[in-house]
Amino acid sequence: MQNAEYTDQAPLVSVVHLHKIFDISGGLLDQLSWQQGRLRREKTLVKAITNVSFGIRPGETLSVVGESGCGKSTLGRTVIGLHQPNSGQVYYGSTRIDTFSPKQMLPFRRRMQMVFQDPYASLNPRKRVVKILEEPLAFHFPRLSAAERKDRLEEVMLQVGGDPQWLIRLPHEFSGGQRQRISIARALIVDPDFIVADEPISALDVSIQAQILNLMLDAQEERGLAYLFIAHDLSVVEHISTRVAVMYLGTVCELAESGDLFANPMHPYTKALLSAIPRLGTKREGHVKLRGEVPTPINLPPGCVFHRRCRFARDICRLEFPELMTMADGREVACHGIREGWICTLH
Amino acid sequence: MSKPESHSILLEVQDLVINFALRGGDLTALNGISFSLNQGERLGLVGESGAGKSVAGFSIINLISKPGYIAKGKVLFQGREISALSFEQLRRIRGNGINMVFQDPMMTLNPVLTIGIQMVETIKAHQEISDQEAAAMAVDKLRQVHIPSPEKRLTQYPHEFSGGMRQRIIIAIALLNNPQLIIADEPTTALDVTIQAEIMDLFLELCSQQNMGLILITHDLAVVSETTEKMAVMYAGRIVEQGPTDEVIADPQHPYTQGLIAALPQTEHRGTRLNQIPGTMPILTSIPPGCSFHPRCTKARDICSVYTPELAPIQARERLVACHLLQP
Repeated sequence: MQNAEYTDQAPLVSVVHLHKIFDISGGLLDQLSWQQGRLRREKTLVKAITNVSFGIRPGETLSVVGESGCGKSTLGRTVIGLHQPNSGQVYYGSTRIDTFSPKQMLPFRRRMQMVFQDPYASLNPRKRVVKILEEPLAFHFPRLSAAERKDRLEEVMLQVGGDPQWLIRLPHEFSGGQRQRISIARALIVDPDFIVADEPISALDVSIQAQILNLMLDAQEERGLAYLFIAHDLSVVEHISTRVAVMYLGTVCELAESGDLFANPMHPYTKALLSAIPRLGTKREGHVKLRGEVPTPINLPPGCVFHRRCRFARDICRLEFPELMTMADGREVACHGIREGWICTLH
Repeated sequence: MSKPESHSILLEVQDLVINFALRGGDLTALNGISFSLNQGERLGLVGESGAGKSVAGFSIINLISKPGYIAKGKVLFQGREISALSFEQLRRIRGNGINMVFQDPMMTLNPVLTIGIQMVETIKAHQEISDQEAAAMAVDKLRQVHIPSPEKRLTQYPHEFSGGMRQRIIIAIALLNNPQLIIADEPTTALDVTIQAEIMDLFLELCSQQNMGLILITHDLAVVSETTEKMAVMYAGRIVEQGPTDEVIADPQHPYTQGLIAALPQTEHRGTRLNQIPGTMPILTSIPPGCSFHPRCTKARDICSVYTPELAPIQARERLVACHLLQP
């Protein structure tokens, strides 16, 4: 949704200089290795998120796009508190929430909900839908009477295009699209302000994807929800986003208004990514080809994470990590070439 | 095998019906589909999950396993009926004439054998040559699919490659015996967009280099639109619309095709509601009578729930649509 009125508001959820590192070195013995006649102990670190900062305003959709392994799901999980960041801060409004204990976190959990990718894995197969939806409600609103709870359940069921009859059934009785509606109902039932949607439609068929996207757009309009929408389908992202953050190997390389980004991508990686989108009624030509493959995020070299595949890369890209900088049109780009002017930003 | 002409018909599928024999009776997964493919032509089979597009692909080289069987119809490859061949005769065609590329490259490669062993094995199953010659051929094919330093790669195992590289290797293996037709079943669904673009470019390059036919089975209309010349849209085991890709995409006639195309996000209408097709595809056990799309169709009339529409030509001879609304 592109609502100009929201652009000046303070962010609802924001992250500042977020870092998330996973230690995958295993036990002590796995860390030991024999190198040049000496026994050495080395840790294997995966830098899943490196220095990511952004804010999500009330009622907007911020999409995070990137190829698999770029850290977009980890980012979503860190924002909502499923992962602890190694450094950096997560704010809800002006409250810093990443340092909170689980108990202190409770009121914020109600306001921030999540919808997962696989509706087959995210619903407990042994619980009836009524139980799945009632549990968060009873947990966050213990004062509600049974009758009030029932009303809320039926109301939310209708809102997601379901049927109150669904409540007494088990998850396996539903199709993928119906299950995703139930997942969304479970997120909506506690009346959140912010939803992290991690690839909510990529497991669904085309005609069902449109149904679920419409449902999400409707819910946003009715409740003024803010979404952090994680996806790899760029045409869907283009359709629903207010702003888009492009991630590559754990860093944000470009963050811009959706319209600006798709009309005029600046970062070399964004250009390559966007030109790879297949379009209806076109023939394959003019794709920006990338050299090589996405490197593993294990023990990343210094410098710009994209330099090994970038056709513009110079010495500085191999040595220095580029910081995000704000351009004239308000977008943020992390690229030495654009900052120093040897990559032309006009299209 | 006769030497094919450059524009001769490569593959012809005639009124093919695939049934699955189950305890409660036969289930019809594919209900009388027909299409043909010329030498070097690229066809897209599009549909949602459960439409029968993969079964259609498998049935061409008779990979339908029990309880499925061909109930009716035939498949002609270079003028020769292959749906009734013996296993041994079919095996020759499967390697040499038609080859298949599947969705998940990790599932198709044997994880405990090196790439080299798997490639040499495939070559020697069809050609009487030495291991060295076969290995040289394998290196040649790997180079053709743009895998860097192929000699070194032969000694590596599948897990040492990325998803995109594995799919390239699968394509190299499919090319080993110079087939005339490749059936690719969702070849890029498991891959990222940038890798998908590379793999589709590779398919296009190989098709034009070797005048090879391609049947691309996918749910992604945009990919079909970019890569194929002809397309067929499938719904609940039938082809509902068929024709040249550009025309079908630009001017879809069947309500289902129209709905599918309208459901895709378009740049011009950003942020607005998408057009959705209500309901879901019927499951095989409960396909509605008449036109199987009528419960979801906004234009359905009485006749639609009674008679099944035939796939009939409209406008030009190449455009076929199965819809009562377009037939007198």
